[in-house]
Amino acid sequence: MTTALSLEQVSYSYHTLKQETTALSSVTFDVLSGEFVAVVGPSGCGKSTMLHLIAKLLPLSGGTIKINGTPIEESTDHIGYMLQKDQLLPWRTIYENVTLGLKIQNIKDPEAFDKVDRLLELYGLKDFKNSYPSQLSGGMRQRAALIRTLALSPDILLLDEPFSALDYQTRLQVSDDIGTIIKEKKKTALLVTHDLSEAISMADRVIVLSKRPGTVKTIVPIHLTCGKKTPQAARNAVEFKDYFNQLWREIND
Amino acid sequence: MTDPISKEQSEYLNQIQRKKYWIRVAQVLLLLLLLFAWETAVSKNILNGFIFSSPSRIIRCFYGMVIDHSIFLHIGVTLAETLVSFALITLFSVLIATILWWFPTAARIIDPYLVVLNSLPKSALAPILIVWLGNNMKTIIITAISIAVFGSILNLYSGFLHVDKERLTLIRTLGGTKKDCLTMAVIPSCIPLLLSIMNVNIGLSLVGVIIGEFLAARSGLGYLIIYGSQVFKMDWVLMSIVILCIIAMLLYALTGFIKKMYQRKI
Repeated sequence: MTTALSLEQVSYSYHTLKQETTALSSVTFDVLSGEFVAVVGPSGCGKSTMLHLIAKLLPLSGGTIKINGTPIEESTDHIGYMLQKDQLLPWRTIYENVTLGLKIQNIKDPEAFDKVDRLLELYGLKDFKNSYPSQLSGGMRQRAALIRTLALSPDILLLDEPFSALDYQTRLQVSDDIGTIIKEKKKTALLVTHDLSEAISMADRVIVLSKRPGTVKTIVPIHLTCGKKTPQAARNAVEFKDYFNQLWREIND
Repeated sequence: MTDPISKEQSEYLNQIQRKKYWIRVAQVLLLLLLLFAWETAVSKNILNGFIFSSPSRIIRCFYGMVIDHSIFLHIGVTLAETLVSFALITLFSVLIATILWWFPTAARIIDPYLVVLNSLPKSALAPILIVWLGNNMKTIIITAISIAVFGSILNLYSGFLHVDKERLTLIRTLGGTKKDCLTMAVIPSCIPLLLSIMNVNIGLSLVGVIIGEFLAARSGLGYLIIYGSQVFKMDWVLMSIVILCIIAMLLYALTGFIKKMYQRKI
């Protein structure tokens, strides 16, 4: 398998009038193509900052980030980003929302629109194409947000606590849905979360970041004995509890 | 909504309906009472009709001006000036707020000027405008614009700044530029605010136009008021005020209606 995403000695500091704060310091890890990696860590350890750096929303202070072997500054590969809240625009219909990326990038290719139609049908949103976001449940909205991200055929998916705004039941259901979708599509994904169960149940590997300045503390490969690795089945695997305890200790000492 | 409504629920709805109805009736009665009191007071010579006019004199005056068509000119002029000012205020507010959002440094530089201009009593500017621009409609429209435009810019700009940051992040993660952020997130997010601002501005435009007409006009309701008071034709003055009340109400209802239509869509 090839390396889809690699971070080498990545660091980032931000400045305020009072002080300079180092948010990330020499973070190094690789994500293989098709792999699902979760990042956990204490709050304020720079998890989200890391995703912002990969998505080129912030300039790097040091180190390099490569996507499919090309430094991000030169890379033209598209990176999909899912935010904490679905951020569907309330004045646009679901269809207008999921095709927002296509509109912004001025993509007129009918194939791209066919793909959106297929995804809408597949994820049960076909009948809601012309509804407004306020008419949809939290889970449906998050699925629409995923379609919006997938519509641009991203090489890598960055998930920035995409389920944290949902209530517990919906969260289990949506993380199940979305985890399965991403695995079926064999997308490379990097999930940032503060929910350890979510990380273990969805990821192939879990990266633990230390307290600020964030740096890689340990990387835990997850091997669960369960038939098909859906997030729901994973939670019932016997090893689940052990991984949970291991990660819990890593984060808290 | 197939469930049959329970007795208590329908009783509750009736009660609300009845209350609404009585409030409306009381409002109309109050108006009639005031008109009646005014009319009687003048006819019994408690009030001097020459100075205080009366509802019947106002109606007669209005009728006379409808017959000779002069009232249409005055209403038309005031209404046209108000709508033109209103349109320009809206245009300038959106335009300047957008420029300020695009250039935050310029916004910081210009901020104290806007604040001062906003708090300055704009009627103080009107005499200068007459000297600069002359005794004409331009002066009136610019007076009206100056009354509402600064507050409107400040309001809208602060709305632009308070758009959810995550919404802008979304546009950028989809590959959008600053222009996309503006057209797809910032401006659409602020449409409800803009509609509220417009709802206030339509009233302010009318105020501005009347101030302008007091000073620089040969027609319009403001002119009629000032001229009428100078030649002691109080029927003109009070009739114009009544017409202004009606215009203000209608314009406010119009922008309010647009606002409601938009809200229903979402």
